[in-house]
Amino acid sequence: MLDISVATILEVDNVSQVFSTGSGEARAPVLSDVSMRMKTGEIVALLGRSGSGKSTLLRLIAGLTRPTQGTVKIAGELVVAPAKEVAMVFQSFALFPWLDVLDNVEIGPRSNGVPLDETRKRALKAIDTIGLDGFESAYPKELSGGMRQRVGFARALVMQPTILLMDEPFSALDVLTAETLRTDLLDLWQEGRIPIKAILMVTHNIEEAVLMADRVLVLSSNPGRIASEIPVTLPHPRDRLDPGFRDLVEKIYALMTQRPDPTKPATRETGAATGLGLALPRVSTNSLAGMLEEIAAPPYDGKADLPHLADSLQLEIDELFPLGETLQLLRFAEFEEGDIKLTALGQRFVDMDVDQRKKVLGDQVLAHVPLASHIKRVLDERPTHRAPATRFREELEDYMSEDYAERTLRAIINLGRYGELFAYDENSQTFSYENPQ
Amino acid sequence: MFNSLASAGRRVLPNQWDLIAFAAILAVLTAIAKSYHGISAPLPSLNESPISLDYWQLPYYALRTTLRMFAALVASLIFTFTYATLAAKSRRAEMILIPVLDILQSVPILGFLSFTVTFFLNLFPGNTMGAELAAIFAIFTSQAWNMAFSFYQSLRTVPRDLDEVARGFRLTGWQKFWQLEAPFAMPGLIWNTMMSMSGGWFFVVASEAITVGNTTITLPGVGSFIAKANDAGDWSAIGAAVLTMGIVILLYDQLLFRPIVAWATKFRVELSVSQDVESSWVLNLIKRTHWLRLGFAPIFGALRSISLWPVRFPTLARAQKTSKEPSRLIDGIWILIIVAVAAWAAWLTISYIATEISWSEVGHVFVLTFYTFIRVVLLMALATLVWVPISVWIGLRPRWAEASQPIAQFLAAFPVNLLFGAAVSLVLAFHLNPNIWLSFLIVFGTQWYIVFNTIGGASAFPNDLREAVANFRIRGSRWWTQVMIPAIAPFYLTGAITASGGSWNASIVAEYVKWKDHTVVAQGVGSYIAEATDKGDFPRIVLGVAMMSLFVTLFNRLFWRRLYAYAERRLRL
Repeated sequence: MLDISVATILEVDNVSQVFSTGSGEARAPVLSDVSMRMKTGEIVALLGRSGSGKSTLLRLIAGLTRPTQGTVKIAGELVVAPAKEVAMVFQSFALFPWLDVLDNVEIGPRSNGVPLDETRKRALKAIDTIGLDGFESAYPKELSGGMRQRVGFARALVMQPTILLMDEPFSALDVLTAETLRTDLLDLWQEGRIPIKAILMVTHNIEEAVLMADRVLVLSSNPGRIASEIPVTLPHPRDRLDPGFRDLVEKIYALMTQRPDPTKPATRETGAATGLGLALPRVSTNSLAGMLEEIAAPPYDGKADLPHLADSLQLEIDELFPLGETLQLLRFAEFEEGDIKLTALGQRFVDMDVDQRKKVLGDQVLAHVPLASHIKRVLDERPTHRAPATRFREELEDYMSEDYAERTLRAIINLGRYGELFAYDENSQTFSYENPQ
Repeated sequence: MFNSLASAGRRVLPNQWDLIAFAAILAVLTAIAKSYHGISAPLPSLNESPISLDYWQLPYYALRTTLRMFAALVASLIFTFTYATLAAKSRRAEMILIPVLDILQSVPILGFLSFTVTFFLNLFPGNTMGAELAAIFAIFTSQAWNMAFSFYQSLRTVPRDLDEVARGFRLTGWQKFWQLEAPFAMPGLIWNTMMSMSGGWFFVVASEAITVGNTTITLPGVGSFIAKANDAGDWSAIGAAVLTMGIVILLYDQLLFRPIVAWATKFRVELSVSQDVESSWVLNLIKRTHWLRLGFAPIFGALRSISLWPVRFPTLARAQKTSKEPSRLIDGIWILIIVAVAAWAAWLTISYIATEISWSEVGHVFVLTFYTFIRVVLLMALATLVWVPISVWIGLRPRWAEASQPIAQFLAAFPVNLLFGAAVSLVLAFHLNPNIWLSFLIVFGTQWYIVFNTIGGASAFPNDLREAVANFRIRGSRWWTQVMIPAIAPFYLTGAITASGGSWNASIVAEYVKWKDHTVVAQGVGSYIAEATDKGDFPRIVLGVAMMSLFVTLFNRLFWRRLYAYAERRLRL
């Protein structure tokens, strides 16, 4: 019993997070009933798509926000305010542009009452460890992205945290720089040169998670839940081309493209209202067509391996999955065990001209997106054939957060315009049938 | 080897830059000491040594005026740091502070001059200090609001990730303010400070020589000099005053603002090195000094340590750490208190006005305000028609734009009083109708805001769009309505809103013009307030100012704000 509590460094128990709107009304939860543990010596990756609440979870653990329900404990201590035991590395680096590298690294200890000479000693050591020697007096503006993120790491390490939190730390960097930083960090970690007990990282890059983590937690979206947990037992250094590595990546792709959704069945029998809960991602119709064409063409010939497709199209899963899911929703393609396969309709779509494509896409949207048919019905019923956007936005907000509602509305406007289902006037924020003749 | 020795030696010895810098610092200290004797003098000395039109006195007058402006600037900065911070940190304080600031911004401050002068004279009976403070306060009221607004807006838009860093590192309120919030707000604040400094001249001139009822105040300064020159009808003295002002503006621009702007580029939150690098020869000079820098190093070190003191502010911080809802009941009570106080203030004002003034006079003042309103609208339209084409033409030529934008900003500093002689002479010589012809004075100082903002907008017009426009041969009216006007609209509106507010203020001076012993009056609320001030008729001043404030606020809310919001939403590139 005692033994476990020593080894367990982080305990997250039944945490839920609901962001309330300005009027104080509670909305759809961002996180729902999340529990997790972390042990000393572990790297854990939180993998999920945008909107899965993974960054929110990280901030709850850092003590930057308080959960609506549930508790977070670090080393047995309840987290109620920004915690001393953690330090965070940010996707955007979040360096103070008016401080040079040394000052940026020193600001944490100096603000927390560490004496000046002790601060300087620690800062120089962190700068040395992370490979920033010679850059002490440079300003962030003068540095490349990779060097800036190194400052971000040094600034976090100098705080001597128990847990290092990383919020998509490599996603703003180019591919080569990101890889260098990942391996540098892993080397430091493996050699025990950084005095940290555990690392928790948020990412939407599947390969990155498999490359670095001992355990991958996959979060599902809307609301965020831990959908599955995948231990990674491959020995370090890991090789991306190793069959075991590829298998794991493949498995996670398959996991993340499954249609679990027991929560939102597309039951059209109970009227339009239930189907309105379907949140749509914002994707461009050009990308949809482009992806269909890509899958139809060789070497895929109608069926593409997702990791491979992501690689060749240079798409992050944040971009790839929404496209794939929209194609699946509109019955142009479907996911299958980490692959994506064109349907017969998808095959035909590729050979159509612009007018036919618009017609087919419009029909599919009307048939499979309840919101589209709902808007059309409202426009038909009204004598003026006009309806304000707020009406639909409010309906959507009954089922999802404000952000999601706005994004869904934008998506349906985009699809509706392309399929010429209805017109939308941005100035007056109204739907209508009136297009300029 | 030789090289490194030389550089080591140079690091210890003072160099020529140190000498220049020391001389400059000593000069400033001497100047402040000299004028301090004047400030704390007993009041009678004012009457003994009235302003003289002797040109050799001008440098001294200029010094006194400049010191006044900087004293007001310091007060404005203190006000900004406290008021805006409180508004940004406390939701309940924000509910009152921001609307109050908004109204203060649109109220014609010049109308209140009579009250503040009386107040400060009573505070220091028989001492020049009272009059000085009154003048400083008047300048303060012209500088503080936009600075506070800019600071408040910066505090509310601190980047989320930097805020999380500060909170994650558990910086206290004090530490966070100096490490994050104040630096982040710096560029906007400096820009607004410079604008305020330009706008302040108008108030210096109005507040140094002022008559309220039978009290006349004449403080030594450029403003009094201009007033005296207007009384005497001395054209060459006016010319000398213009020249002096020009020199002073140039000096503080070069010696103070340029270095600060160049230094403050490091506070810009953008992670790429921007192309236009601001430079200042003064900053370069300071950077090359060694002793000066060595001498100041401990001071800066100490300041940095102070900024890192773990001072905790009382817990008025915005409730963001806890997810607890703010209590609705307390909010309700709070709003109730605010409404009650506002109602009480309104009642006080009305009952004060009602002691002397009948309803028919209120109606009369309404009509007068309407005249001034028409004047402002027409002159703004005229200034727009004249200046927008010219500014666009200039703005599309980068070299011209670069040269003329500072000139326009420079011209904005010159107060309308300098034109009194010309206006009165022309009106009298040609028997012109003052109701029409004095109107032009209203936009004299304010038109430049339209000019330099429009130039800025036109020069920001993207090059690819220019090429597209040329390629598709878009010309004539279509070029204006579909290309240029939408492109410059947000910029033009920024300038026009400032100009419009300034014009209302200017009407108090510009509708009631004196030159030698002639007084020319245009019908309007401006001259109504000016006349009442001359007579020391307080209820009428209150009525005039209240009516004007009402018009300005409505005009801003119903017209400018909406237009600006539209332009921001639709036309921002």
